[in-house]
Amino acid sequence: MIEIKNISKAFNGKVVLENVSGVFKKGETSLVIGASGTGKSVLLKCMLDLVEPESGDVFFDGREFLHVSENDRKDLRREMGVLFQGGALFDSKTVHQNIKFPLDMLTQMSESEKNDRVEFCLHKVGLDGTGPRMPSEISGGMKKRVGIARAIVMNPKYLFCDEPNSGLDPLTSIKIDELIKEITDDFNITTVVITHDMNSVLSIGDNIMFLYKGKKIWEGDSTTIMTSSVKELDEFVFSNHALKKLRGEYSK
Amino acid sequence: MLKLLGKFFIFLNELFTRRESAKVYWYRFLDECITIGIDSVLIIAIVALFIGAVTCVQIFANLVSPVIPLYIVGNIVRDMTLLELSSTFMCVVLAGKVGSNIAGELGTMRITEQIDALEVMGINSASYLVLPKLLAAVFTFPILAIFSGFLGIFGGYLAGTLTGILTPEQYIYGIRFSFIPYNLTIPIVKSAVFGFLIATISAYKGYHTRGGALEVGKASTAAVTNSCIAILIADYLLAELLT
Repeated sequence: MIEIKNISKAFNGKVVLENVSGVFKKGETSLVIGASGTGKSVLLKCMLDLVEPESGDVFFDGREFLHVSENDRKDLRREMGVLFQGGALFDSKTVHQNIKFPLDMLTQMSESEKNDRVEFCLHKVGLDGTGPRMPSEISGGMKKRVGIARAIVMNPKYLFCDEPNSGLDPLTSIKIDELIKEITDDFNITTVVITHDMNSVLSIGDNIMFLYKGKKIWEGDSTTIMTSSVKELDEFVFSNHALKKLRGEYSK
Repeated sequence: MLKLLGKFFIFLNELFTRRESAKVYWYRFLDECITIGIDSVLIIAIVALFIGAVTCVQIFANLVSPVIPLYIVGNIVRDMTLLELSSTFMCVVLAGKVGSNIAGELGTMRITEQIDALEVMGINSASYLVLPKLLAAVFTFPILAIFSGFLGIFGGYLAGTLTGILTPEQYIYGIRFSFIPYNLTIPIVKSAVFGFLIATISAYKGYHTRGGALEVGKASTAAVTNSCIAILIADYLLAELLT
């Protein structure tokens, strides 16, 4: 379980996050949604200590993360896997080397154990046989899958995904969503997904947090979002015709 | 300015704290020695040969007089090459090649979140990425300076003898005349210091890039210009200290 308490962040005096609190439960896929510029990615970076918040705390299963020694933080980091928006694969390494990299750096496993683990992760994300290819030789969707494989290679307890569907076609987006959900269920981990993809919201959102102008103004799940009466959420979720129609049918 | 210097020294401190295992650095150090050192050999060879040749021709054109013996041409080529050209001039060229490469590489890694990816794995990205580059620059630049010094003097020899400015014997007598062995340490010390400056300044600029491709280009430009200025200031200070 991940708990965030009163996270606030401002850049050059402009408030981006204001007292955002919430709980992301184990075994659930928790989504943080909101329009562009509402502070979703900043919240994720604050949770990962890539951006230092002005105030607030983050707890991983009760263990404080932000205000501890660098060594303690390093130990906790080893329990996390992160899928970045663009994949963040190392350009100079092959797919296999990218996935193996955390094992090389952080474990004492033998070469054969590492290779087995990499093959397992590649199989898990459906990319068997792509190990020798360079990141520049694979598609955007494959890069995301490799990113997921690298994120899970250390067998993390916490998985973070920053806009996993950005730049992908609808079909690939659905596959990535299904993969994230499958991994969350199979490994029983705590997953936090930053997204503004409504298909993800409706299909994998066990728990959904809505941010508006840096504040959390709604929390629920993929069922309650259909009947919410929060104006800002309605404007965001039902901004397209298909979803408006779906909501009409749902309320009947 | 003071704030910037403070940030720079904090960055330097980061390189030496929370280090990874020595094995990791060793392999990265070897890779960087190839990128920074071996890949620079050709450009350094071309520059050194021609600068030595031009120095020889210019000295002959400006200094020749019935009261000055011709071997003085070789003597001045030697001293100019050892004291300035093989270290300072070479490092200004390397600031362009190596500095922009380091800033561009780190800047691209920053904007594509590769540095963030290292950080979330619990790896000190500054130390992992920059320390091997710094060590490789400090290690390979003196070797390149020796190489450059040798080729510079050889370039002077070729220009002097092939154009008939002086005979091979006169040139060799000139480069051996009143030789001070201590002067050999000057390009070595200077190039090690310049290597440190180029690697750290360029890495600082690249590592702290924010934005997109345009900012990576700006970081590379700033890395080269700032490195060149730092080299010239350090050159003056080292000249005062070492001579």
